[in-house]
Amino acid sequence: MAAPSKVRDHRGIDQIAGSTSNGTGAPAPEAVDSPSSPPDAGTGHRVLASRAASEGPRRAGSRRRGSSRRFRGPLRRSTDVRVLGGVCGGLSVATGIDVTLLRIGFVLLSLGSGVGVLAYFLAWLFIPPAGETTSIFSRSVADRRGIRLVIAIVPALVLTQILFSAAGVGFLGSFGWPVLLSAGIAVLIRRNAGDEEGRWITEELLPLVRSDNGPHGRRASAVRIAIGVILGVAGVWVLVAGHPTEAALRLLGGAALAMAAVVVVFGPWWLTLVRDLMSERQARAVAEERAQMAAHVHDSVLQTLALIQRSADDPRQVVHLARSQERELRSWLFEGRPPGTVTGDARTLTEGIGAIQRQVEADHGITVHAVVVGECDLTKELRALLDATREATVNAAKWSGAPQVSLYAEVDRDTVTLYVRDRGRGFDPDTVPGDRQGIARSIRARLARFGGSAVIRSSPGSGAEVEMSVPRAQPVR
Amino acid sequence: MSGQARPRVFLVDDHAMFRAGVRAELGDAVDVVGEADEVGAAVELISERLPGVVLLDVHLPGGGGQAVLHGVRPRHPEVHFLALSVSDAPEDVIAVIRAGARGYVTKTISGDELLQAIRRVEAGDAVFSPRLAGFVLDAFADSAGEATPITGLDPELDLLSPREREVLRLIARGYTYKEVARELVISVKTVESHVSSVLRKLQLSTRHELARWATDRRLV
Repeated sequence: MAAPSKVRDHRGIDQIAGSTSNGTGAPAPEAVDSPSSPPDAGTGHRVLASRAASEGPRRAGSRRRGSSRRFRGPLRRSTDVRVLGGVCGGLSVATGIDVTLLRIGFVLLSLGSGVGVLAYFLAWLFIPPAGETTSIFSRSVADRRGIRLVIAIVPALVLTQILFSAAGVGFLGSFGWPVLLSAGIAVLIRRNAGDEEGRWITEELLPLVRSDNGPHGRRASAVRIAIGVILGVAGVWVLVAGHPTEAALRLLGGAALAMAAVVVVFGPWWLTLVRDLMSERQARAVAEERAQMAAHVHDSVLQTLALIQRSADDPRQVVHLARSQERELRSWLFEGRPPGTVTGDARTLTEGIGAIQRQVEADHGITVHAVVVGECDLTKELRALLDATREATVNAAKWSGAPQVSLYAEVDRDTVTLYVRDRGRGFDPDTVPGDRQGIARSIRARLARFGGSAVIRSSPGSGAEVEMSVPRAQPVR
Repeated sequence: MSGQARPRVFLVDDHAMFRAGVRAELGDAVDVVGEADEVGAAVELISERLPGVVLLDVHLPGGGGQAVLHGVRPRHPEVHFLALSVSDAPEDVIAVIRAGARGYVTKTISGDELLQAIRRVEAGDAVFSPRLAGFVLDAFADSAGEATPITGLDPELDLLSPREREVLRLIARGYTYKEVARELVISVKTVESHVSSVLRKLQLSTRHELARWATDRRLV
């Protein structure tokens, strides 16, 4: 498999690293698997993947490592030593032959008749991956819904055959069966490949034939549209140019009748299948939603309850926790804002400030008073300002020792100004410790990027105030 | 300020827990002469006991804090009111102020600050919390072409002087009166007089525009 391994070069590097580690230590998955099929392990037969493709493929693998312990459990596709499906890696573990030699062998076999490709593909289908006991093939055979899905394509194929032969281009129909067969196999494989390989198929291969805006999406749909147009033109041409008009019309009528017949006969069945698939998808969506909900509740409510239990002897802290949790729940239930998010989904300045207030109150157990005069939508400048503000607020919460921090935002015609003020211990801005100066710099740098500025006023014992402003890009709402 | 005499305070709030909390927090510093949890009882008891300061919840069953103000102030203008709330809605706060309350603080205020605010209100001064200052700045914003324009506001209603605006802005930033005075190099008395004049403007002028402002926007 020369070409693919070139394409996926980086995997090749992984595989080298993996093979060395496998050569030195005992491969864990095999060791785990061996008790599950002791008879095989005892036979001591070695088989190549091409043979393994026939029935009874689970043979014991062995590894040349020392002389006495040769058998490492059943043959499995390797999950870490692999370029494509891990067949060579697995065989290498099973036989002790160097993985590179095996690969070269497969490539050589593929060069002539392509039998190597077929052998590799079958081995991939029939050999379970490491750590599992069922192969893609055995799962596909057991996948009744998938098989029904595949069979459902048959009437459509018959219909196209009829149409093709009616149009006098029956030779096109001869492509039908192979295409159907491979499509069916592809569907079954996709449904029954393991999680990781399934994801690989979904992410790397499917975008080629889907209209989503994936990395391949636009190109793929352009190709598809081009093919569609060519087919359409060809079809019209065949219909119109190949026959006199009446004949073409009669043909169309016949085709429509045949189509109707197929729909009448198979329609209900298709509908059931589609409904099945949809309910399956819906069930999955519901399950996902529930999981998400549980995660939210865990992240917010349960965490807070735990915190409250821990700080039961500190009423102030309990009140803070309860208050910020209440706010968060309200904004989740009534405004649809998931808990735990900060300024990410805020759309206006007030929302953004509210988010900072909630977060800092929740995280640092202090009170944040926020006053906003004016209102405007968030632009990237203002998001930067809010980020800087959060930084400054968290800073005040952490360092000042003051029980409350005041936020004041003012929207002007062409600037937005934010003040973060605390009445804590204060500091001398000229002699601040390194880490605080770093944060001050990060506030300044962040604002400077958008033409804004920051001024820090403080002296020991009199609290601190950070004034930050950015110019507005948009007119007043 | 009223010196060391203990202010006579009356509490109006529909939450018994909150009243108990305020009592405990203020302790011996004030003389709590009564409590009420709804409008009718509040008007009756306040008119009977004539406290120096009424701590008035903005949200109250039976018409809200403004109903109490409307019931008491015409007959007893000497009773001062300080509005307290957790409510963030500017229209409610502005309504209570316009009905005659001399100040507004949020319920998260500390005991010391609350005591200070009570003394100030008792002495006839205005008490502006940062939030109220923000509301007022917002309400009067367009008159000086400062912040967001409010459609339909008469440009002649230049209600806040630049100095008053400056004072309010500092209060909104979380400065105390003393800190404002230091920052602007004026006396605390001057700060108080600025704030009182803002309060007067808020209560007396541009009823129409302010009412519209209050329903037009919902802040914070």
